[in-house]
Amino acid sequence: MATTMDHQIVEDLKSAGIDYITSVPCKQLAGVIEVLEETPEIMHMPSNKEDEGMGLCAGAFMGGMKPCIVMQNTALGVVVNTLATLIQFYQIPLPMLISYRGEVGEPVACQVEMALHTKAILNQMHIPTYHFHKPEDSAELPGILEYCQMASKPVAILCDATFWRASA
Amino acid sequence: MIRNDVFQTLKPVISEHLVVCNIGAPSQELHAMDDQPSNFYMLGTMGLASSIGLGLAAAQAKPVIAIDGDGSVLTNLGTLATIGNNPQSNYTLLIIDNGSYGSTGDQPTYAGMNTDLAAVARACGAECVLTVSAEDTAQAVTDAIASDQMTIIVAKCESGNVKVPVIKTNPIVIRERFMEEVRK
Ligand SMILES: [Mg+2]
Repeated sequence: MATTMDHQIVEDLKSAGIDYITSVPCKQLAGVIEVLEETPEIMHMPSNKEDEGMGLCAGAFMGGMKPCIVMQNTALGVVVNTLATLIQFYQIPLPMLISYRGEVGEPVACQVEMALHTKAILNQMHIPTYHFHKPEDSAELPGILEYCQMASKPVAILCDATFWRASA
Repeated sequence: MIRNDVFQTLKPVISEHLVVCNIGAPSQELHAMDDQPSNFYMLGTMGLASSIGLGLAAAQAKPVIAIDGDGSVLTNLGTLATIGNNPQSNYTLLIIDNGSYGSTGDQPTYAGMNTDLAAVARACGAECVLTVSAEDTAQAVTDAIASDQMTIIVAKCESGNVKVPVIKTNPIVIRERFMEEVRK
């Protein structure tokens, strides 16, 4: 069941002109994806893997749309090459709305392993990174989305378990 | 016929259209033969030409031809399911299937052995999938562009590359001039 926060996030994406979204699901993102499905202003085209998703986004961008990818942080282990040689090399603005699994509140031990690498990978790749920990942090989303377009870069928005729980 | 021979026959067919071309030898051969602002050359990231082409076709109305390879499609097989489930009538996916990884020394791919990429594409839900010979490729692509149905063409050709220079054009220039063609 989608929460007010899930609706607000999609509303902010819409207001920023985001009209193409690809997603690979995560439990924490289920509500956002549910809202996307009922938002006709945004074309939602699920992908099977996040590097594929970034290819879709690159194509949509060159076709004149404003794309965004919705994904889990574990997938940063999948997309390093695509981020470097496609999104960054061709300077494609790409907001990445990322569920930050493996943080405090995480029930699955294995998720911690990629959580430990998440910010290190983003930092190593010089990707502007924002971490939503409390519901009020999400007030920054419109500004982040604008910044992403201005900079023509991929930008990471990490949303952790505490954020989702407090927003429920 | 090798890939470059197929490209020669394709030149009049695709020259004026938006083309997304696979990394390595395919992009280099296309670039050397007929460099056009309407060509998007992939300089990195193996396997994403099919996905970029789908996103581009979904975002705007002009015909889009993605030229991918058998080896590259094998690295990103899942995208055939995305394509099969999100058909775009202005989209033509041309898979040049020479049964080998052409850019890395012609090592054999599974597509040259037991794996039938056209059958995979069909199983992924794509409705119009053709396997054609190298000689028949240009006609098949012509027909696909003219039709209002998404078409996936698996073009069988021989393994081999021609010696052409690497692409030195700045990636931002490639993207900007390509996007200008999209907007025209
Ligand atoms: Mg090949």
